[in-house]
Amino acid sequence: MPAGGVHAGEGLGVTDGDTHAAVMAALGEVRDPELDEPITALRFVDSCTVSPDGAVELALRLPTPQCAPNFAFMMAADAREVVRRLPSVRSVAVRLLDHYTGDEINAAVAAGDGFDGAFPGETESGDLQSLRSVFLRKALVARQSRICERMLAAGATELAVTSMTTQDLRDTPDGVRCLELRGQLGIRAEFGDPAFVTPDGKPIAAQELSRWLRIARLVRMSIDVNGGICRSLLAHRYDLDQPDARGETGDMSEIHDGAPREVSCR
Amino acid sequence: MYEKNGKQYFIVDSHLHMWSAGPDNWVRGQEKYAKGWIECFHAYQSLAPKETHWPIEKFMSYTHEDFVRDVFQDGGVDHGIFQSTYLKEWYANGFNTAEQNHRLLERYPDKLIVNGRWDPREGEAGLKQLEEDAKRYNLRGVKLYTAEWRNGSRGWSLKDEQCKPFFEKCKELGIRNIHVHKGPTIWPLDRDAFDVADVDQAATDNGELNFIIEHVGLPRIEDFCYIATQEPNVYAGLSVVVGGHMHAKPHFFAKMMGELLFWVGEDKMLFGSDYGIWEPRWQIDGLLDWSFPQTEEFADYPPVTEATRRKILGLNAARLYDIEVPAECQLGASTPARASA
Repeated sequence: MPAGGVHAGEGLGVTDGDTHAAVMAALGEVRDPELDEPITALRFVDSCTVSPDGAVELALRLPTPQCAPNFAFMMAADAREVVRRLPSVRSVAVRLLDHYTGDEINAAVAAGDGFDGAFPGETESGDLQSLRSVFLRKALVARQSRICERMLAAGATELAVTSMTTQDLRDTPDGVRCLELRGQLGIRAEFGDPAFVTPDGKPIAAQELSRWLRIARLVRMSIDVNGGICRSLLAHRYDLDQPDARGETGDMSEIHDGAPREVSCR
Repeated sequence: MYEKNGKQYFIVDSHLHMWSAGPDNWVRGQEKYAKGWIECFHAYQSLAPKETHWPIEKFMSYTHEDFVRDVFQDGGVDHGIFQSTYLKEWYANGFNTAEQNHRLLERYPDKLIVNGRWDPREGEAGLKQLEEDAKRYNLRGVKLYTAEWRNGSRGWSLKDEQCKPFFEKCKELGIRNIHVHKGPTIWPLDRDAFDVADVDQAATDNGELNFIIEHVGLPRIEDFCYIATQEPNVYAGLSVVVGGHMHAKPHFFAKMMGELLFWVGEDKMLFGSDYGIWEPRWQIDGLLDWSFPQTEEFADYPPVTEATRRKILGLNAARLYDIEVPAECQLGASTPARASA
């Protein structure tokens, strides 16, 4: 285990409690791009210390030393970005721990360079936008399918489901996340727009719903399975409690979208 | 031969390793990669039943005796296929080379098959090596690892132009089975390294070769399923699916099996234990006992029958590798294997 930071609230005055809480809340907005879950809920935040004058030191950890460098970079860079925006934060240092391209990633993130700064000559487009958008679309498909299946299981007809509009998405965490994802993907979600759309933004017709769901639930299963493996490997690697059986119910929204169950901030 | 409830089963384990990953084999200056790799594999073992866990020291350097006991004696595996993985940037003599595997092959020539490998970045020298390996090890298959680092390059794609002569060479040498394993890096690095779309193109262009996607393309199982549905020569290698989930995450396991049976079908799924990550015995035993939970959630998946289990555990791989199956282990005359699959 790498040297940890100072325990939040136990730091004999070296941590600023309010800023610390703000930092953790901001980190809750950073998601693992493949899993569409906050890095806080995934326990990827190893430590987080805040000095009295607002210098934040953040250490991130991942399930394996070989987690894909591109996704690892996104999380480290996103974490720096959301923390840097906080008014009470003077500086941010992000360190990705125990990763086989950690040196390259840490140096580029510290310098505010893009992904091509971490791996010069090893990229084509220079940024990770198109990769990111592939996974935002998968996340949208998976979230939508969960809402649809819940409705159908509760007795709604296919027509009733596909007639829903974006207004109806505001009541559940999955629905709210769908709206966020549509915003990020540039898929219109204004008043009266259909609640459920294909990855490229076209409405889904009632007669297409069951076929669409067949594919959508495959995407969702993939994300859920990957999340399960990541949790188990991380717990083994850092000697944490193994995730409980609730993580295997196939409906993980209640676990993932609520407040982080455990803030791995030391 | 595996016997259960008075029935005999022919077992082909299509994904085996005999690796050497201890500190004596770590390349100087690359120790952190070599150590990280094997520790990561060891973490996967934690997903098996507790009584089958090994200490890391044994895990790094298990012996031929361990292999023979765990796979043949206790596991009841009739035929095993080694998937060679070189990683010579990190392991001085290679992680799990055809040469290492060959020593066991010499002792058990009627029970083991060794698959070779190639890397398009090696060009002419690689083609020559493939020819030599094919002759020496009687290759019928290769395992390709697209995330292998080599001379500053962090990977390659089956779409690369340089792959074409290698596919042609495989056909010429009678190497029909191409096992593909995706890893976390590829060139260029800003692409999704796990993407299996390049398999789609290679499978279409090389219809006479079989493409077995190891670990069913995890973590991109959904993309794999679309491809396997469309391409008759794309198969699912079940290692990690069984070892990593059947015990530790039975709900996810049932979901994965359901989706694979629906999209890929029972004629194109191959059991592999991924030994030494996981011992085969508990996996084979568990698969023979396994069926879907009796809940609505699993109601519309294809049923799991005696024939399904026989095909997945041995008959499908036997067909791809021309392994003779004793009459008592064949499917009943009323449910013949689909010859065309």
